[in-house]
Amino acid sequence: MENSKIVIKTENLTKIYGEGEVAVRAINNVDLTIKAGEFTALVGPSGSGKTTLLNMIGGLDAPTSGKVWIDKVDISTLSNNRLIDFRLHNIGFVFQAYNLIPVLTAKENIEFIMLLQKRPKAERQQRVLALLKEVGLSDKKDSRPDALSGGQQQRVAVARALASKPKFILADEPTANLDSKTAGKLLDTMAALNHEEGITFIFSTHDQRVIERAHRVITLVDGAIAKDELIEYPSDHAQPETA
Amino acid sequence: MLLQIAWKNIWRNKVRSLVVLGSVVLGVWVGAFMVAYIYGLMNQRLKDATEYEVSHFQLHHPNFDRDKEAKYFLDNSTDLLGEIQKDKAIRAATARVIAYGVVASAKSSTGGKFIGVLPESENAVTGIGDFVIEGNYLKSNAKNKAIIGEKLADKLKVKVRSKVVLTFPAADGSIAAGAFRIIGIYKTYNKGFEESNIYVNAPDLAKLTETPNQFHEIAALLHQPDSLEAYTATLQAKHPEVFLETWKELSPELGLMIDSFDQYLYIFLIIILLALSFGIINTMLMAVLERGREIGMLMAIGMNKGRLFGMIFIETLMLVLIAAPFGLAFAYFTVSYFGEVGLDFSEVYDEGYAALGFKSLIYPAMENAYYFKIIVMVVITAVLSSLYPAWTAIRLNPVEAMSKL
Ligand SMILES: Nc1ncnc2c1ncn2[C@@H]1O[C@H](COP(=O)(O)OP(=O)(O)OP(=O)(O)O)[C@@H](O)[C@H]1O
Ligand SMILES: [Mg+2]
Repeated sequence: MENSKIVIKTENLTKIYGEGEVAVRAINNVDLTIKAGEFTALVGPSGSGKTTLLNMIGGLDAPTSGKVWIDKVDISTLSNNRLIDFRLHNIGFVFQAYNLIPVLTAKENIEFIMLLQKRPKAERQQRVLALLKEVGLSDKKDSRPDALSGGQQQRVAVARALASKPKFILADEPTANLDSKTAGKLLDTMAALNHEEGITFIFSTHDQRVIERAHRVITLVDGAIAKDELIEYPSDHAQPETA
Repeated sequence: MLLQIAWKNIWRNKVRSLVVLGSVVLGVWVGAFMVAYIYGLMNQRLKDATEYEVSHFQLHHPNFDRDKEAKYFLDNSTDLLGEIQKDKAIRAATARVIAYGVVASAKSSTGGKFIGVLPESENAVTGIGDFVIEGNYLKSNAKNKAIIGEKLADKLKVKVRSKVVLTFPAADGSIAAGAFRIIGIYKTYNKGFEESNIYVNAPDLAKLTETPNQFHEIAALLHQPDSLEAYTATLQAKHPEVFLETWKELSPELGLMIDSFDQYLYIFLIIILLALSFGIINTMLMAVLERGREIGMLMAIGMNKGRLFGMIFIETLMLVLIAAPFGLAFAYFTVSYFGEVGLDFSEVYDEGYAALGFKSLIYPAMENAYYFKIIVMVVITAVLSSLYPAWTAIRLNPVEAMSKL
């Protein structure tokens, strides 16, 4: 089954900040597998290593030891520039803030990543409009980020992440700067994309209401996986392999 | 797209961009105008030197230059002068009898250069008659008359109608002396010149040097200064026995100044542009660091270093290249304007300039080639000052850049 393909696999993933006495094991021997179509929340107390884990999976930060495979590619073998290119074509990112280029409109921000991918103009334009519609911002296509609310900005970021047709989307606390109602709407958008198009999402969060929307919840404590639970999973989606 | 983003980024911080634009405009303007001013100054000095002093070229006996002795006159100088004066390429030519000696008045005495001239043709070549401010210029039929410079007149404490005695060696080595009555006092902008040169009629001086009907010097102006090299080569070939010198050899300091003008121009412009580029680099560096989070985000989502570099590079380059044409245009218009009316610093500088033989009214001028050279240098500056900010941008680490709060 196509959906059950493994998109992310980590093995003995470890990140240590600092040396000797002051060394911090931000991530400690994490083995994790994410399959296509999952809608996973990464939770845990502050400092538990959520950001560190997502950064390593996203190829933004290099592990101290251990490996990350993305769709069978060991990303630690990629040179810096190849890694940037790999991210461009394989991973979608939604950050907590500062996702968008302030001088470009919503439409241009989404188109930008496809330009980086050198996609043809016709495809870009058609896709931008479709994505804006999916995230419910068709009427804001010519607005610049500063004319959008925080929630709208995050939805543009989700659309931008989707535009590159990534294998999965990483979102580090995408709702942290949003009120709970707006956060809920963003989650609606993400869940719909996951449900209808099978987009794989991994997001970290502190928000209990956001956690409730996830199908799989991984709890980190002190850089290790303390809990990995499946919530209800739609039948047309693969069951994740849990330890 | 990169162009478009770069363009939009420029206007993110309008004040800052306008400051950079303004300083580039000003720098290029001032730089170009100063170059034109120096160029005008030199052109004028060159024109004065050739038109009033050394002419385009001069002929002497081969030994005259070294020894300055009366016996080294030009052979058949009258015929030679006639031949040159007839040439269509020649605007004016004259011949001179020259002696170096002592000039004495009733009150004082000093060294001087005595020039026996043919009043009409001398005036056609150097226009010395136009500089007479008191009394009259020489006439060829009046005997033993002299005109002297104002500075020398002061030194000798003489006036128009005073008498001076010139003493100098004749052709056979004996000492000759003659009394001349001052009929005119001239004043030029070149004090050194004014202080030593005494003009008399050629036959009067030739009689004393015992070189009748001979001349020591022929000086000529061409219609086309550009044809100097070609013309003098031909003339020299025809008269290999004469010693021919062009203004560059006659006034070597002037030749050197003209020849090294390009170097001065470059040094001057490089200093201005260097100062400018520090300003640009500093400002753009601030812009890059301020946008650290955004740059980190762009790298994170997949903008490679080449593109990122290009984006910042283009942004800086654009700023400079937008401003530079304005600077050049301002320079062009101000140079054209002052090139017509002249720039007068006489209040401030008259004495200083005059001592060096410069006039105080300067007409800035610039050949189009120099505008082109300035454009090239500005572009090089723009490129160089764009590199560092762009390089700084690509060295940012995406995670660190984004986590900065
Ligand atoms: N650049 C760094 N240098 C040193 N220590 C770091 C660095 N980044 C993270 N850490 C440490 O690593 C540990 C994990 O941090 P991380 O940011 O991954 O936690 P988190 O779960 O994302 O926390 P939060 O919920 O507050 O975002 C923390 O102890 C943190 O202090
Ligand atoms: Mg975090």
